[in-house]
Amino acid sequence: MDIKKIKENIVFWVIKSAAFLNLLALTIFLFFLVKNGISAISWKFLVLPPRDMMTKGGIMPCIVGTLVLSLGSIIVSLPLGVGAAIYLCEYAKQGKMLRIIRLGINNLAGVPSIVFGLFGLAFFATYLHFKVSILTGILTLGLLSLPVIIGTSEEAIRSVPDTYKEASIALGATKWQTIYKIILPSAIPGIMTGVILSISRVAGETAAIMYTAAVFYSPHLPTSIFQPVMALPYHIYVLATAGTNIDKTRPLQYGTALVLVGLIFLMNFIAIMIRSKKQAKN
Amino acid sequence: MEHKKKIQVKDLDFFYGENQVLYNINLDIPEKKVTALIGPSGCGKSTFLRCLNRMNDLIPGIKVRGKIILDGQDIYDTGVDVVKLRSKVGMVFQKPNPFPKSIFENVAYGFRIKGIKDKDFIDERVKTSLRMAGLWEEVHDRLSSSALGLSGGQQQRLCIARAVAVEPEVLLMDEPASALDPIATKKIEELIYELKKEFTIVIVTHNMQQAARVADYTAFFLMGKLIEFDKTENIFTSPRKKETEDYITGRFG
Ligand SMILES: Nc1ncnc2c1ncn2[C@@H]1O[C@H](COP(=O)(O)OP(=O)(O)OP(=O)(O)O)[C@@H](O)[C@H]1O
Ligand SMILES: [Mg+2]
Repeated sequence: MDIKKIKENIVFWVIKSAAFLNLLALTIFLFFLVKNGISAISWKFLVLPPRDMMTKGGIMPCIVGTLVLSLGSIIVSLPLGVGAAIYLCEYAKQGKMLRIIRLGINNLAGVPSIVFGLFGLAFFATYLHFKVSILTGILTLGLLSLPVIIGTSEEAIRSVPDTYKEASIALGATKWQTIYKIILPSAIPGIMTGVILSISRVAGETAAIMYTAAVFYSPHLPTSIFQPVMALPYHIYVLATAGTNIDKTRPLQYGTALVLVGLIFLMNFIAIMIRSKKQAKN
Repeated sequence: MEHKKKIQVKDLDFFYGENQVLYNINLDIPEKKVTALIGPSGCGKSTFLRCLNRMNDLIPGIKVRGKIILDGQDIYDTGVDVVKLRSKVGMVFQKPNPFPKSIFENVAYGFRIKGIKDKDFIDERVKTSLRMAGLWEEVHDRLSSSALGLSGGQQQRLCIARAVAVEPEVLLMDEPASALDPIATKKIEELIYELKKEFTIVIVTHNMQQAARVADYTAFFLMGKLIEFDKTENIFTSPRKKETEDYITGRFG
């Protein structure tokens, strides 16, 4: 065997073991979570609110809260983000201003979520009087996921071949018709990737909601978006750090974590289904 | 020229930024004839062609001087509706570029963007256009499957069907057969022969035989200048300029 072949083999094995290690880490993590949390999971756990100072009962309000917050934030950030991406790709003049906007977006992506939380508290909750509520949480989380949505949408829009655009324009389509009928449909799978990434991030977000949307405990579901909610990640945080009986509620903590991970998987799965359905249509 | 002039190009200069690529072009394109543009690579054939439907407008920093008169109206006048212009002057590109949609939707696209809803009308026009492009027999039983599943030659004929569906008056073709094999090329050439009954056709080609086969008139470009423009037979049998003769006999280019 010559030296080139040996080198290639070594690289192959390094890469393969890296992939394997990743898989192993994920498996151990999931196993740990399931082993500790599965005992808490039951039908009642999923559909009942907590009781007895949150040492018993279920986590239904938290599940609903997390669903509402993550879907709501996507409803805010998707049109804004895709709109911004269309502007940046198709309308903005290349130049200094555009570079500054891009820099801003990239920096926004790097801002810690607690800072978004503080901003949401100061601006939406206090200044706009939205208080600590679902609305404030959705807007804060929407802002937080905006850079990801813009970034992936931009990439998706740019990867649509120019030849499609030319064909459409040459047939007498306006720019907007070309964007709406040709570019966006081709970009949807890429945009959905951004949505998947955002949902995962937002659903698990704790720091950004603890001052803006989440409550410690609420026996009832909110009836409007001007009320706060319970949420899974914040509930875990509360049980694990400030609960009335931290050790006694360990299984509940793991159970909640397991539900959160399951919920994120489920939402990702749905988004992936939508994406591949769109791809198959193309 | 004994034919009716469809397009008159007058003193056309074209710049990409500071870089001038067309110099003082004067040319009359006859109605319902095939006009071929030939010349070595980089001489400005595509640029000239894309002036005729203002596709160059998409490129930032271009400058156009002179006039291009289509049916008595300068298409570079302020106030000209470029969207209307482009539905009057259709275009087929070098590489087949069907949309990632069904065969039917590709051809119907021109009607969709015009907001035409009449389903029977669209069905009928799609069918006629596919017939005109010589594709109907091959695709009539799979109109709803993706256009990307067609062969290269079929895709190019689909693009021609898509362009003729909206009933343009002029059809611009930029090396429409250069990405195709000889059999598919022959089909396209036969098609051009049919299409010129209804459309004024301007075609860019690198293939001298192709120009000789399909074109009634031929324009020879060299380094951004129009060297000679005449009936195709004159260009190929008795060119008046030495550069033309050198080019068509293959002495350079
Ligand atoms: N988008 C552009 N920006 C700047 N310069 C360009 C652009 N497109 C073409 N050019 C330049 O303009 C000149 C003419 O190009 P054009 O594409 O019209 O030539 P062509 O005759 O079609 O060549 P070919 O036979 O290779 O297709 C070339 O020098 C080319 O480099
Ligand atoms: Mg060219």
